Amino acid sequence: MLKVLDTAVPIACWSCSIGHHDSTLFCPHCSKIQPPPGGDFFRVFGLERGFQIDLPALEQEFHRLSRKVHPDRFARAGENEREWSLADTALLNDAYRTLKEPLNRTEYLLKLEGAEIGEEHSGKDRRDPSRVPDDLLEEVFDLNMQLEEMRMARKTGDEDPDLQTSLTAAKQKFEGLLEAVDNDLRTQWRVWDAGDTAVRRSAQNTMVALLDRRRYLSNLVRDVTETLGA
Amino acid sequence: MAEGRVVGIDLGTTNSLVAYMQGDAPVVIPGVDGLNLVPSVVALDPMPGDGGRPTVTVGNTARKALIETPERVIYSVKRLMGRGLEEIQSELKLFPFRLADDVEAGEVPRITLGERKFTPPEISAYILRQLKRNAERFFGAPVTQVVITVPAYFNDAQRQATKDAGRMAGLEVLRLVNEPTAAALAYGLDRAKEGTIAVYDFGGGTFDISILKLRDGIFEVQSTNGDTHLGGDDIDNLLLAIALDEIHAEHGVDLRGHPGPVQALRKAAIDAKIKLSSEPVAHFDIELPNGDRYQREISRAGFELLIEPVLERTAGPCKQALADAGITPEQIDEVVLVGGSTRIPAVRQLVDDLFHLKARGKKPHTELNPDEVVALGAAVQADILAGASKSTEELLLLDVTPLSLGIEALGGTVARIIQRNSTIPASATEHFTTGVEGQTNVAIHVVQGERELAADCRSLARFDLRGIPPMSAGLPRIEVKFLIDADGILKVTAREQRSGQAAKIEVKPTYGLTDEQVESMILDSFDHAEVDFVARLLIEARNEAETILSLVDRAPESPAWQLLTADEHAAIAAARDRLADVKVGDDPAAIRDATVALDKTTRRFAELMMDAAVTTAMSGKTMDAVSEDLGEAITAPHPMATAEFN
Repeated sequence: MLKVLDTAVPIACWSCSIGHHDSTLFCPHCSKIQPPPGGDFFRVFGLERGFQIDLPALEQEFHRLSRKVHPDRFARAGENEREWSLADTALLNDAYRTLKEPLNRTEYLLKLEGAEIGEEHSGKDRRDPSRVPDDLLEEVFDLNMQLEEMRMARKTGDEDPDLQTSLTAAKQKFEGLLEAVDNDLRTQWRVWDAGDTAVRRSAQNTMVALLDRRRYLSNLVRDVTETLGA
Repeated sequence: MAEGRVVGIDLGTTNSLVAYMQGDAPVVIPGVDGLNLVPSVVALDPMPGDGGRPTVTVGNTARKALIETPERVIYSVKRLMGRGLEEIQSELKLFPFRLADDVEAGEVPRITLGERKFTPPEISAYILRQLKRNAERFFGAPVTQVVITVPAYFNDAQRQATKDAGRMAGLEVLRLVNEPTAAALAYGLDRAKEGTIAVYDFGGGTFDISILKLRDGIFEVQSTNGDTHLGGDDIDNLLLAIALDEIHAEHGVDLRGHPGPVQALRKAAIDAKIKLSSEPVAHFDIELPNGDRYQREISRAGFELLIEPVLERTAGPCKQALADAGITPEQIDEVVLVGGSTRIPAVRQLVDDLFHLKARGKKPHTELNPDEVVALGAAVQADILAGASKSTEELLLLDVTPLSLGIEALGGTVARIIQRNSTIPASATEHFTTGVEGQTNVAIHVVQGERELAADCRSLARFDLRGIPPMSAGLPRIEVKFLIDADGILKVTAREQRSGQAAKIEVKPTYGLTDEQVESMILDSFDHAEVDFVARLLIEARNEAETILSLVDRAPESPAWQLLTADEHAAIAAARDRLADVKVGDDPAAIRDATVALDKTTRRFAELMMDAAVTTAMSGKTMDAVSEDLGEAITAPHPMATAEFN
């Protein structure tokens, strides 16, 4: 991903040659657009790293910056400026997309902080049976049996209303668990944002575990929903 | 302004338009015939022009050749843009595209037009050049920079093909804009609206749905979906198929394989379709080559039953777009209807149902002409890009990529790197390494689409990373940056991080033309010399004048001439004399005006003649006779012409 550059070293502006610190989209001296700045997505918006974000303010800043850097503003500019406007806007859009969405933001910041978290690629996103959370082992086993039964019943065409009811109840239960995970995550956000290094470390580990659990639960809910809706 | 104007172009399946910002309102630039719509029809003139080369005509003049010399005419070429040989097989069954027989798999298909062969971008380039000329004639100044609209659901190859067409036409394409987004711009301009809007764009050949959030002049697309092969053409084909089958069954005449009569029948089908938007019934009444008449009544109810499966195909994309935007139908504040097919009452009913409009006391927006609104929006975007106008300086369009971008992973699955509906420009960085000792190149397969398996997605390109320094397997670390630009087109750069060497990339687009091929196809008649511009305008204006004058001089030979009143004869004579006078002068604008005036006075005559010609074509009169009749009607609407709606 992005490299975090040492901001103590000034970089010369391509246009006016005056040195500036590498964290700006526009040269503070001549106002010309600059190549994409180093630093993380939070820096793009002038934010400190943190899990809790003021979304309306983020959107407003996204719109303000978009107006300035978007390629539409440089359609007739020189090649350099057009290229950097494109790269800067891509960075801005990538940053906004990542930060505005709570789960993406959480995963992103955890990775920035050095945490190892599960793969986000759909291709590798296959459910790993070994990752069944311990407290759910029994219920997941039952649920998978029922899902299998349901699919069989679908194929043969004889539906079992009891099975339907039972699956719907299971779906609601797992959705409730999912909601609980989201609440726990939000709690850990606050802990991390307010804590010192040691507190953060522990919050991070908790969040990594919560994300794993969440991924598992949401796959489960998706499977049940698909089977019920088929 | 040194750089001249930027105009907006709607390069449509059925019709194309060019528009510009006049002060603070976008307006369509008419062609020399005074009409706003330029039919997206290209014909190769059978008469060799100067130098013995056949000339290419575009628009209404090309359209009239459809019955006369159907093998030298092509329409709906947009359906072929950016598509491979195997992808277009289904189109070939329904449209009279004549594929060149020497096209090989993996090549961009070429279409035979008379004795020449053209790729789809070349055909589109002729349409674009006509629009460029119309704009230049209108401004009296060169036009080189444009915005071109594309269906929102166009993939990378279709977008690239459109850009290639622009380049071949001698145009710098400053931006490709999605059609529904352009329509939203046209509507949003004088409204300063806030809220969430849905644009339902059902055109001649494509369907798009886009959901946008409007706020402080920022048009932020939330989601888009669609079908690039679903449109009014499909409805026409249903009616046409019924007529052909019934004629075969009831009269023993198989018209399939007879392009002229089929085109005339298609025109009748289109007329019926249009009539059914305002009337409860429409009739087919056609004289067949064997003298029989094919007569049939079509009720609106029957028509709606027939087209229901086609209309229903627009519902899925709408629901998906809502889901992707994370909203319910009730959260849509406004719905904008775009494209000629949205005039069908059943379509409006479907839209009403999808977005619960009536229940909420709302009506879809249809204030702007659905045939023109996309071009008007393109003109607004052109003005934004030109960056010199007060009326658009606060506007900004933030569009999205319609399809997810992925790379083929082990086992043929797709690893998605940029999700659909990501705001563009968007980028993703991936790292690759080698699997074999000393390996110096790595192949990457990039696909576009939502399916799990690469084989089910649209193959975009294969990239070969070359020049990797030989190292142990797994040691090289090649960083590849994928960037989707503001046109929705993919750009790739790569770097080997351990050695710091820039890996060389060899891009092999799965479908599409190489840079060299595009260069070689730049329309030879494109005129680089701006100094000759006025001279060229004058020559063109005189040519047009001479064409119409010679047609008018031969008009009294036609039986249709006798149907005109004495007043009409006098008006035509006066307009004719006026044009003959100014033609010898050197003012292109005056010649042009007089040409348009003469054209207008002869319009009824042209229509009368066209009616006669269609009947003749259907009744099997010789093609020579037909062409003689048709040759005189410079602006006669072709059988395919969209009828005027009120």
